[in-house]
Amino acid sequence: MSERSQTETLPVLVLAGGTVLDATGQRRADVLVRDGRVVEVAPTIDPPAGATVLDAGGALVGPGFVDLHAHLREPGGEEAETVETGARAGALGGYTALVAMPNTFPPIDSVEMVRAVRHLARGACTEVAVAATITEGRRGERLAPLAELAAAGVRVVTDDGAGVADAQLARRAFEYAAPFGLVVAEHCEDPALAAGGVAHEGEWSSLLGLAGIPAEAEEVMLARDLALAGRSGARFHALHVSTAGSLALLREARRRGVAVTAEVTPHHLALTDAAIAGFDPVYRVNPPLRPEADRRALVAAVAAGEVDAVATDHAPHARHAKEAPFAEAPPGMIGLETAFGVARGALAELPLDVLWGLLSWKPAAIAGLEARHGGPVAPGRPANLCVVDPEARWRVDPAAGASRSANTPYAGWELVGRARHTVLAGEVVVRDGEAQR
Amino acid sequence: MSAPDLAQSAPDRPLGASARRPSAPDRPTTVPDGGSDVGGRPRHLLSVAALSRGRLEELLALTEVFVEVAGRDIPRVPALRGRTVALCFFEDSTRTRLSFELAAKRLSADVVSFAAASSSLNKGESLRDTVETIDAMGVDLMVVRHRASGVPAQVSRWVRAGVVNAGDGWHEHPTQALLDCFTVRRALAARGRVQPGLEGLRIGIVGDVEHSRVARSDVAAFATLGAEVVVVSPPTLRPSSVGRWPARFTSALDPELPELDALYVLRLQRERMGSHVLPGLREYRACYGVDARRAAMLPPHAVVLHPGPMNRGVEIDAEVADSPRSLVLEQVASGVPARMAVLSWLAGGEHHRLTPSPVDAEAESGLGAGGGRSGV
Repeated sequence: MSERSQTETLPVLVLAGGTVLDATGQRRADVLVRDGRVVEVAPTIDPPAGATVLDAGGALVGPGFVDLHAHLREPGGEEAETVETGARAGALGGYTALVAMPNTFPPIDSVEMVRAVRHLARGACTEVAVAATITEGRRGERLAPLAELAAAGVRVVTDDGAGVADAQLARRAFEYAAPFGLVVAEHCEDPALAAGGVAHEGEWSSLLGLAGIPAEAEEVMLARDLALAGRSGARFHALHVSTAGSLALLREARRRGVAVTAEVTPHHLALTDAAIAGFDPVYRVNPPLRPEADRRALVAAVAAGEVDAVATDHAPHARHAKEAPFAEAPPGMIGLETAFGVARGALAELPLDVLWGLLSWKPAAIAGLEARHGGPVAPGRPANLCVVDPEARWRVDPAAGASRSANTPYAGWELVGRARHTVLAGEVVVRDGEAQR
Repeated sequence: MSAPDLAQSAPDRPLGASARRPSAPDRPTTVPDGGSDVGGRPRHLLSVAALSRGRLEELLALTEVFVEVAGRDIPRVPALRGRTVALCFFEDSTRTRLSFELAAKRLSADVVSFAAASSSLNKGESLRDTVETIDAMGVDLMVVRHRASGVPAQVSRWVRAGVVNAGDGWHEHPTQALLDCFTVRRALAARGRVQPGLEGLRIGIVGDVEHSRVARSDVAAFATLGAEVVVVSPPTLRPSSVGRWPARFTSALDPELPELDALYVLRLQRERMGSHVLPGLREYRACYGVDARRAAMLPPHAVVLHPGPMNRGVEIDAEVADSPRSLVLEQVASGVPARMAVLSWLAGGEHHRLTPSPVDAEAESGLGAGGGRSGV
């Protein structure tokens, strides 16, 4: 599509009757969108002839959400998810951009692979920022071509699914990545301490006879990476932080001036390891669900501003893969469509604009997407917006989701808060909770 | 927010405090009994931890009935006539499978058997597909053994049949616990030491507790029946968090011996030797091996149990295993009646069906020498 024809087909939109929310605050305002950009924000806007009016009454209108951590499974895992279906699930959750994790088959470890996945994302319901691996083939042996990847526009590199086990290689990755502005995102889990583990090592794994993953598996590698990243000057992002000990390590590192950001997932904020008592593999996830004390520590850390993003770790798995013994089922749960409602419920005391920041402008800045996503709702800005009804009550029906997979731990939950409309680059991709493409 | 089985952010209850709260104050149920029929009888036996003392006592009483049946000329009753029991052994096991098979046959059930090695699991079929297929054939009870913890609980959610856990991973082995309780109670009663339940007894369990389904079931059963349980193991073979275990934990065996009424010796898997968890065989033997010297430290009436198969010379010496203290053969003998109790309890074993019928007598005599009379 040429620039011209795209412009011709872009609609004029009025998001009417809502409260605009962004990093600058909240105000009652309508929003006029034309040619893919916000052109006016005012208390009342008369819809121009031919404009599409989106009802934002009783809802919040803000920059679209940005997920730092989505497994879209393509290529290689298309039975579980595709870029198209994952992005659709994201748009239904209010997201306008997803960082696609590179642990695909084959892994995204080259410029060619990055381009191939970007190609898959054309026409998708969200922007897809493709992350690449830190190491070639995600094997943890040699660095991937980080300079080339950075030059091709990659911003986040990660071997997610595993950390870089070799400390020397991790050190070199931080050092080598630093001048390119790459964010080195680590799945902190010491493979020897976690070996064979399928659940948090604690009272529940003990009673259930499940091999444990101790909190120290996360903390040992996080401590190592904080030391290495601090020395290199690289930008280090800690993926899915899940223990109180990790939070203490982050606090201490920040006092030393280490450039670190950290995300938490909605499921670690909302669930505990008690959920595994019935051996349902839907609750198997990495890092594992932790005890209540850790969950409370995460909630408190979010409230204290010590967490930089809420990220889903959306990890779809085909039904049959999860219908295996608990210890043999692949770890992971989906979360794009439920993220806002689950996080809102778990962080009930948190002001909504703070939560929105953790879902939108803060992760946008980490992922280098701030030019298009997460910015203020203001004239001239790209129209990547979502309209969220913070009081909408809805029941999670796994079968009704847009993801190709249904491995949600929230089946049957009544959530409060749901995206009503999502606007991507000036086009309506979700309207009244229905995907438009 | 509200949800069927997961506590959420009700104002008075923290989000995620969650899922299937323990039914007893500090003892979680693995699955809340798996649902009951109108008569209040559970449909499944998935874990001992989920059983009340009343239920355990009921099963022990029923075991006693079947011990009496085993002593009859024709040790067969029509309790499960017309019912089908499927033995689903996804993990090899000779003694448990034979024991369940004999138990089902003595209850006059039809028995079908499934072994993973010869199954369609090798053809890529999923666990759920496999068990649903067996279920669709119309079985009443599925006896499930699997190398992975929790599989019987998972299966119970997929099938119409009742499910009996015949050992799952490191999790539980409920029928072993039942036969152990029966055996130890009977033996100590004969030595003038017990009743009711296991009240007032001190039972030690020694060995690789972390990787033992027998330990998890037996600790729960002994404690539920009122015994004081002491678990002895090297720190590396002790579960990492034991706050919810109804037992006291220690790593020194000798100081405990003089106070024990029963010592339960766990099997030590050879692969633990010389790994990260244990230096070697000799050191284990020196610290935890139950030899004649240690047996002599027990009170005179104390008994020794082992779930088998024994590593003689490792966790237990022949002088002890073959001594009058040893209940190893009694344990095996109790296995069939205990499993008869469980199968009949779950699949509607009305007591009036415990008398042999003429048809059974005929069938039994037709079996000839293969019928078998005593409890293995």
